[in-house]
Amino acid sequence: MADLFEGYPAGAAWDEMISGDAVRAPYQHVHRTMGTLNADELRLRADALARSYLAQGVTFDVGGEERPFPLDSVPRVIEAAEWDLLAPGVAQRVRALEALLEDVYGAQRAIADGVLPRSLIVSSANFVRAARGINPPNGVRVHVAGIDVIRDSAGGWRVLEDNVRVPSGVSYVLSNRRAMAQSFPELFSTMRVRPVADYPRRLLAALSAAAPPGVDEPVVVVLTPGVYNSAYFEHSLLARLMGVELVEGRDLICSGGKVYMRTTEGRRRVDVIYRRVDDDFVDPVVFRPDSLLGCPGLIGAARAGAVTIANAVGNGVADDKLVYTYLPDLIRYYLGEEPILANVDTWRLEEPEALAEVLDRLDELVVKPVDGSGGKGIIIGPAASRTELDEARGRLRTDPRGWIAQPVVQLSTVPTLAGDALRPRHVDLRPFAVNDGDQVWVLPGGLTRVALAEGQLVVNSSQGGGSKDTWVLGAQRRSPELHPHTGPTAAVGSGGPPHHVQGVRLDSNPNDGGLSEQTQQQQQGDHGTGQDGAGRC
Amino acid sequence: MLSRIAESLFWIGRYVERADDTSRILDAHLQHLLEDPWMEEDQACRSLLGVMGAAAPAAGVVATRQTVLDTLAYDRRSPGAIAGALASARENARRARETLSSELWECLNTTWNALPGRISGSTPHDFFAWVRERAAIVAGLVQSSTRRDATQNFILLGRSLERADMTARLIATRAVSGPAGPGWTTMLRSCGAHEAFLRTYRGRDSDTLAAEFLLMDRLFPRSVLFSLEEAEACLTRLEPADPRGHHPGDARMILGRVRSGIEYQPLLSLLGNLATEMTRVQQGCSEASDAVRLRYFPSGATDDWIGGRM
Repeated sequence: MADLFEGYPAGAAWDEMISGDAVRAPYQHVHRTMGTLNADELRLRADALARSYLAQGVTFDVGGEERPFPLDSVPRVIEAAEWDLLAPGVAQRVRALEALLEDVYGAQRAIADGVLPRSLIVSSANFVRAARGINPPNGVRVHVAGIDVIRDSAGGWRVLEDNVRVPSGVSYVLSNRRAMAQSFPELFSTMRVRPVADYPRRLLAALSAAAPPGVDEPVVVVLTPGVYNSAYFEHSLLARLMGVELVEGRDLICSGGKVYMRTTEGRRRVDVIYRRVDDDFVDPVVFRPDSLLGCPGLIGAARAGAVTIANAVGNGVADDKLVYTYLPDLIRYYLGEEPILANVDTWRLEEPEALAEVLDRLDELVVKPVDGSGGKGIIIGPAASRTELDEARGRLRTDPRGWIAQPVVQLSTVPTLAGDALRPRHVDLRPFAVNDGDQVWVLPGGLTRVALAEGQLVVNSSQGGGSKDTWVLGAQRRSPELHPHTGPTAAVGSGGPPHHVQGVRLDSNPNDGGLSEQTQQQQQGDHGTGQDGAGRC
Repeated sequence: MLSRIAESLFWIGRYVERADDTSRILDAHLQHLLEDPWMEEDQACRSLLGVMGAAAPAAGVVATRQTVLDTLAYDRRSPGAIAGALASARENARRARETLSSELWECLNTTWNALPGRISGSTPHDFFAWVRERAAIVAGLVQSSTRRDATQNFILLGRSLERADMTARLIATRAVSGPAGPGWTTMLRSCGAHEAFLRTYRGRDSDTLAAEFLLMDRLFPRSVLFSLEEAEACLTRLEPADPRGHHPGDARMILGRVRSGIEYQPLLSLLGNLATEMTRVQQGCSEASDAVRLRYFPSGATDDWIGGRM
């Protein structure tokens, strides 16, 4: 039996599982279990994972064919102590972004105080002037955030980018966990992995908390572009798990400054819209007039305080990659705290000396468009051809505001099934944070994206990336008070310590039972006439 | 219809429903056991075994997932286990072969034939999913290709009785396992009610509402109340009220009593005493099943069988 880890190469990057010859502590169980499997067995389980995804419809389109979203069999494991550092770091980041948005669309103190240049904000393609004056009821604009973090070659966590518009991927976290628990039960029974199933409840609570004041039982809906959107699976999953309607733009109507949905029982008022449609398409009155995905009048209703749009319109200005470079300063400025998580070093190309240096060293750097997502438009210097680099230089010179440059970060690696063996592949991590106005809750784990090709550093699923289930190990036994099911009414049926109740014994048909006397007699009667039943069939 | 045939039909209904519900309960509980790292496996498995009416392992022995699977899923000899229930259903179908449609018989027979392969060849989750699928086919055939006469009524009567009993057991698992046990979400999910519940209550996540939903939702076909009413309706169709408007039969009375205990008791008082109340439902179902036997399948089988005539 060939060991799956045989010939596992040591790379320049930090490997999450293996350091030198030793296996890092949190991965002991995983390594041992994977060590007992051979390639065929692991392949079988991987196929089972893929099949379960195909059945559930967790797929994406490749040239008109539905393929299961690639989920790798080897999980990514994060120790409790490490998570307890990472999660507050993410939450801190979200609080700062929240403060930034409030300021940018409000008093603009940071500009007055010289922390942010005015030109940075007003030149951002995602600074939405129409968003000024829309005041979210509980002050939250970033209801859901996805903060992409990576681990550099020294093993430290760094933030790669912030996503506060419509971060996606959380459905994969939920369905990966389900599929992994079914395929690798033995790992779950030996390791204490913090559950992720609480996410939809938290999200719904945060959305309800954001409802306009005076609404007792807010009606929350998820607004999707429609079934042809690549993230449609996620939209439907979230709506289903929250028990709310999944609506398309054409299901909504604005009338008299209020928003309704069309139902068989007539119009029904909508209070909170968790929209998964980009800013540009939300409202044809304010944004793209040709949009069929939104609903005319939404922004007006939001401005009048009749409906809450989550995440808020105009959030893109905060996750602009140039604004990103100011985030550590903004954390100090708004929160008076030291940033817990560092940024990746970034050149601002509007500074002439930075631009000169970057143009000079372009073949060893990564340049990214400031408002891009999904890995689009990224140029990785060492991998680019001479013509590509020359073209890039031209673009940087004409539009320095549109780009940033970063050193090539060796993303950490995790063993990943490649052919018949486990090989290191680069990963990042997108933890999801939900802000309900009182606290920022970070989902334990998040989406680990993995680049499936050897040496590939771009992990986006649109670029052929896959994912891994991300396990945050539990620190200690949770006390009953913190149990998520323990709401104010949780005493129902669970009062007092566990006790044993013996259920009533299950009945059975008294005529059953293979060896009763009667059966024997029947069998005797059958001699010579053939097996009973067979003759009658 | 021959009493013997009617009895087999009744039990086909019960066994198939039992396999279906047991697979739902086990699937949800075992999945929860995996996903929640803070569960005590031994204690959780013991309470599950207990609620399902099976004997727990001796005091010194640790109950594990595997114990539960062996006892409640894979045991082909015990009618309380999924495999055993499916085998018994097929056994009963064989006795009522000439009354059943070929499709229904073949469905039960193929299921039984495929059992050994399914048990050894698939993961528990896949096995459970398969069992539910087979049960759904049986239900579909009963619905679409069985004449609405006594044949269907006896199958449905068995199914509704078993369903009321099983949902009561499911609710009881929540009552006995205490705050550490699987939450109401798991309960709802195991009878396929989670999404229906979320939509009904628009995501308001309250334990009281969940309990209410499983106990007495009038529109959800797996709630205790719905199943009891369905069983009563079957009895009425089998034997309509006499000219004085009285419903004959003890089974009717027993079920009516159990149903009103749930229907007309304040929710909070029900919830305060959940384990006992659920045991009462199970007892009621068992007594009603006995009463049905006395009324329609009158004598002990061994007495009126004449061996050798077959």
